[in-house]
Amino acid sequence: MGKTKDSGVEERPKWDNKVQYLLTCIGFAVGLGNVWRFPYLCQIYGGGAFLIPYLIALVFAGLPLLYLELAIGQRLRMGSIGVWTSISPLLGGVGIASMLVSFLVGIFYNTILAWVLWYFFHSFQNPLPWSQCPLNDNLTGYNVECVKSTPSNYFWYRETLNVTPDIETSGSLHWWLVICLASAWFVVYVCFIKGIASIGKAVYVTATFPYLVLTVFLIRGLTLPGATDGLLYLFTPDWEILKNPQVWLDAFTQIFFSLSLAFGGLIAFSSYNPERNNCERDAILVGVINSATSIYASISIFSILGFKATTAFNSCVKENILALTNHFEFSDQNITADKYDHWVEYLNRTSPGELASVDLRHCDLQTFLDQSASGTGLAFIVFTEAVVEMPGSQIWAILFFVMLFTLGLSSMFGTIEGILRPIKDLKLMPKWMPNELRTAVICSIAFLTALIFTMGSGNYWVEVFNSYAGSVPLLIIAFFEIIGVIYGRGMKTFSEDIYFMTGKRPNIFWKACWMVISPVMLLVVLVAYVGIQAQTHPSYHAWNPAYELFPKTEMKPYPDWVFAIIVLLCVLPLISIPLVALYQLVRSRIKRSSALVVLNPYCNDGFEVEPQEQKNQRA
Amino acid sequence: MLGQIFVLLCLSSAWAQQLCMPEASDGYKVRLSINTALGDQAYVWNENEMFLFRATLAFAMRSYSGGQDYNVSNIVVCAETPRVSFWFVVTAPLNSSRLIDRSDVEEAVRKSRNRINSAFLLTDRSLEFIGIPPILTAPVTPDTPQWLIVFGVVMGAVGAGIVVLLVTSVVEKKRKKNKKSGDEDIEEEPREKTEGNGFARDGVYNMSFSDDDPVTQM
Repeated sequence: MGKTKDSGVEERPKWDNKVQYLLTCIGFAVGLGNVWRFPYLCQIYGGGAFLIPYLIALVFAGLPLLYLELAIGQRLRMGSIGVWTSISPLLGGVGIASMLVSFLVGIFYNTILAWVLWYFFHSFQNPLPWSQCPLNDNLTGYNVECVKSTPSNYFWYRETLNVTPDIETSGSLHWWLVICLASAWFVVYVCFIKGIASIGKAVYVTATFPYLVLTVFLIRGLTLPGATDGLLYLFTPDWEILKNPQVWLDAFTQIFFSLSLAFGGLIAFSSYNPERNNCERDAILVGVINSATSIYASISIFSILGFKATTAFNSCVKENILALTNHFEFSDQNITADKYDHWVEYLNRTSPGELASVDLRHCDLQTFLDQSASGTGLAFIVFTEAVVEMPGSQIWAILFFVMLFTLGLSSMFGTIEGILRPIKDLKLMPKWMPNELRTAVICSIAFLTALIFTMGSGNYWVEVFNSYAGSVPLLIIAFFEIIGVIYGRGMKTFSEDIYFMTGKRPNIFWKACWMVISPVMLLVVLVAYVGIQAQTHPSYHAWNPAYELFPKTEMKPYPDWVFAIIVLLCVLPLISIPLVALYQLVRSRIKRSSALVVLNPYCNDGFEVEPQEQKNQRA
Repeated sequence: MLGQIFVLLCLSSAWAQQLCMPEASDGYKVRLSINTALGDQAYVWNENEMFLFRATLAFAMRSYSGGQDYNVSNIVVCAETPRVSFWFVVTAPLNSSRLIDRSDVEEAVRKSRNRINSAFLLTDRSLEFIGIPPILTAPVTPDTPQWLIVFGVVMGAVGAGIVVLLVTSVVEKKRKKNKKSGDEDIEEEPREKTEGNGFARDGVYNMSFSDDDPVTQM
């Protein structure tokens, strides 16, 4: 609880108990990506086989980086800016970079939550609005755009986003999205009002509720027809896929982004811990729970998707049966779904010409199962279609969207903390401002900036931010983090820190990972990632009703000015790293300090910092 | 005499049959999917059902034309299949060799579509008139969109939460300020004791060196 002394200096907030801390970290790590990115990757990369690169990435890169962040935050008891400035003033830019990335990610992430809220508000209707097409203007038929695509596609692209045909056409602000976005930011604010005191209570709900819903969906999903097909499809391993380097790259990036590393939020959260807390156990716990949640979620999701594919397959066969019955004037219901193939064979033998004239769709369960989607497409189009087919669709829709909202909200906590803590540490806001007002100001600024995502082209901009602001900068920041701690602070000092906190030194596995394996993996992945992105001119999927192949999305290249913005998004957070280093070098040269090598602002001859004191203590 | 009447009847029915043929320009094809719609409760399609159909269609023509005497005999049916599907044409009440226009038949059917459907316990989809689109009912849209109501409820709760939390924190601060102006010195030391270790009591805690403030306070 943040108490304020009369002199104005604030006490550092603390967690009420360990459970709050763990739930907050787990909530931060477990987010929307666990539900809609991991199952997709599992599916396209050969099911069970994908778990191998995923788990290797977790053990050799994810857990070491997580442990590092939690340990350094807990030891130095400061947010991301303070921590890096403590290690070396030259590294102060890393903290600023984390803050900027947290801001950029926070604004688009909360827009996704605004969309989830919109769907949640609409789940209370019967029938669900995305289950049928609306009528066209003169009430003679159904809306053309809806008929050509599907009702869920139409509801998502037209009624929710009202998306423009390309990113250059901005359209206008959509009032319904603006008020949903305002609601999302209000909810974030009400949870953040008292800092970690209120978050600590909110996470009891936001971190646990998703597991409850996933379990309910799992039980419901497994009882639906076709669930086993979906699960078999998901988990059937294709070992050949392991030879594809893209798989390893995606496994690594999935682990990295899933654990929410390099945002600064984890450092801030662990800095509120007491000094002697076993952060090694915490790190392993958070990392393992995050991956286990991904796998658990994919089981739930894929049993539902298997059901959806089976339903689609059955209706495809029914359509064909109807076409055949109508054409050949058979008695109604003479052809049943299970005898369909026999009938087609028989008709092929007796009257092939006639059969050819009937417009039959090719129905293949595999094709329907193959219709994979990730991201917003999975949640707002594919899953909503599945929910419509389930009996009691309103309840399932409400549960699903509340789950998505709580998943995203707990991740937002970490992101906002990654913005607020550095601002407090940098003392950017005047002292007389109470915390509540500071949080309100930050939330308002973020809301106003996020209004660009409520325009017609908003969805395309969210994609831009998602792919570029929340990817390369994080990898680079993480690289600087690990180099900064291991080589800047020194492995020896860091081992002492960990001994001080947990009572035992890190074993050879952690040391090997920190010193060699993780930085090398980070570097390789960074180079590979940038290399692959640079090979093709970046393009995006546009929803263009005037496109010839509509309802397929049109692949359009980003125009040059958007490309410039993409580069800016990548570079802007990172520019602070060299800028701050340069600034500190220049400043120290001006001061003509002989302690250029140490550059520790807290080094004052009369008061030695911890390591000496500890040696005295133990001796 | 009898023979002549017989020949006339045959001719007239043949003539009527000639009026009705598949792809007739003034006729419509009807398709029923009784088993799909009714499942176990499906009835068998026979002559009596066909008679009912002709009667309902005659009724439809009567309602549309404002009382002209259409009879069952004016509805001519042909090309029946096991599907169940057939073609029909409508002849004028007074002149059985003149066919009623397609558009008039269509309007009549559309006007009484509901009655025709309910006579057979079917819907627009299971009793199809090929070429006459079903009447689309616009979904009921209430004055305030329902989602705004839910939005109002949620936002009201969140707003109330914000107000309550802000008010309680302001009240708490005021209370603390009043308390602190009373006993400031006494509170200093005990606070330092309890603030260091929240819950983990491992190791030895040395009070003379607290790690909380690396910067010595002035």
